[in-house]
Amino acid sequence: MRASPLLQVLRAWTGRIQRPFLRAGDSLAAQRRLGLVLLGLLAALCFLGAPLGLLDDYQQLLFMYAGINVILCVSLNLVNGYMGEFSIGHAGFMAVGAYASSLLTVRALPEGGAWLGPVAVLAGGVAAAIAGLVIAVPSFRTRGDYLAIVTLAFTMIVKSGLENLEWVGGGRGLAGMRKLTTLPWVFAWTVLAVAAVRNIIYSRFGRAIQAIREDELAGLLSGVETRRVKLIAFTVSAFLAGTAGALYAHLVLFITPRGFDLLKSTDVLIMVYLGGIGSILGSVLGATIYTALLELLRPLGVWRMVCLPLLLVLLMIFRPQGILGLRELPWLVPRRDRDAVRRRGPRGSDEQGRSSVSDATGDST
Amino acid sequence: MNAPFLQIRDLEVAYGRICAVRGISLEIAEGEIVTLIGANGAGKTTILRAISGMVPYTGSIVFGGMDLHGVPAHRRVALGIAHVPEGRGIFSNLTVAENLSLATWGRRDRLGIKADLARVHALFPRLAERAPQMAGTLSGGEQQMLSVGRALMSRSKLLLLDEPSMGLSPILVRDIFRVLREINATGTTILLVEQNAHLALQLAGRAWVLQNGRVELTGPAAALAGDPRVREAYLGG
Repeated sequence: MRASPLLQVLRAWTGRIQRPFLRAGDSLAAQRRLGLVLLGLLAALCFLGAPLGLLDDYQQLLFMYAGINVILCVSLNLVNGYMGEFSIGHAGFMAVGAYASSLLTVRALPEGGAWLGPVAVLAGGVAAAIAGLVIAVPSFRTRGDYLAIVTLAFTMIVKSGLENLEWVGGGRGLAGMRKLTTLPWVFAWTVLAVAAVRNIIYSRFGRAIQAIREDELAGLLSGVETRRVKLIAFTVSAFLAGTAGALYAHLVLFITPRGFDLLKSTDVLIMVYLGGIGSILGSVLGATIYTALLELLRPLGVWRMVCLPLLLVLLMIFRPQGILGLRELPWLVPRRDRDAVRRRGPRGSDEQGRSSVSDATGDST
Repeated sequence: MNAPFLQIRDLEVAYGRICAVRGISLEIAEGEIVTLIGANGAGKTTILRAISGMVPYTGSIVFGGMDLHGVPAHRRVALGIAHVPEGRGIFSNLTVAENLSLATWGRRDRLGIKADLARVHALFPRLAERAPQMAGTLSGGEQQMLSVGRALMSRSKLLLLDEPSMGLSPILVRDIFRVLREINATGTTILLVEQNAHLALQLAGRAWVLQNGRVELTGPAAALAGDPRVREAYLGG
């Protein structure tokens, strides 16, 4: 009624989300073992890869970009995927986190020791969370498209604000950070962010978040303080985007307002929808694949910016729910909910099973 | 002198320039079943929405001696007002169990919640069977049961029901209405909005007939069911 056509499409998309389900015959214990082994291998690679010379600088950089993108992607998925709102402000929150943490490490605490890294990341997160709260209070007062418009405006304001603030470098950008972001740190923050979002989703609070997506009025009529839930979820999402910004700033060591423009927000949106909304594993995959694709397509030069949107269009046509939009890795789901899914009537899982199998064939690109 | 359980005075609700409810006053005693009947657009749903806090209104709504003016919707649920909206408003992609547990938002008494769940399961055994299923996969009747069950989970003293019979087969409607009577027997007051005036007048003790946002007739349901004006307008002659 009030939603613009674009938002209606996106809402319809959001409406498609189904809950995670198990395919018959999957052994949960085996999956869990496999998952933990993979995670352990990744951890070993992240912590030991550089000292043992397994990863060169370029590969380390890619891993770190991927980790930062995963943080951005799961945090945006919390708002856009699980809560069914539409935010395009992640570049803005990232910028706030990047600049706040850089100012802290460059100007306020230039002599900080090893503890400065995590402190800077947390500071970036807190700054972004405050910005998120300031935005969320007016935009969640009403329902509808306001969040999209307000976050769009926020991203633009942050960018042009930073360009005109001479004491943070203006359009020339800010430099002088030390390289506080290392692969082990990125790995740790990424795992923390993913675990945090996962725990939120499967808590009572997370059910309230999903109730807002399903039917906000009914949520209110059930006694859920929908406004508060939305504020908190949005603030958490902004916090995580801020930590990603801080990690990014102390990795590239030079930030400019141009790096946090609308295109950056769009990047995160693409990752979320590529991976699939309402799926944590989807976000992890979406961010990783997108990061890898950006690198693989680098030889194409300018044409890269043609290929990626094209890919998104194809994705929308052939697999609108994203890579994992319908599914979740079962061992990411707590036991209580897993039982719920497993004991589900054959009707539901049949329908879903069939659709996802037929879709999976067209998905190998 | 006891304050009435629910007292509405000079209630007026407008959507923009359109007046949906124009000065309605009514009182409901504790333990009653009262029904609002009337044609589409008579203002029935709007009255329920005003009581549950979904629309701004002028006039006063006093519940259990407390003026509800300015009380937000979620607080009203905590006070014991549960609104089962038209079209049920269930969360399709959450399980039945999750749907029910959402109505206990803000409550910390685990034992009480457990007892309430047992009560809902006793009233609607189907919901116990379907607990792990996605609510969207339930049949229409089961969804209606879930919606009523969810309202009961919030320890409601006043149940506001909007068109519970809509889209259901006569057998299911009979089932739902039987359970409503059981719920009422345990002390829950019910305010029922129904298009199916015949059914509503059978269940309710008293009734209001609304037209264009005003009260047209009021009285005991049995008397209204025999009233020629009601028979002609709502009961098909």
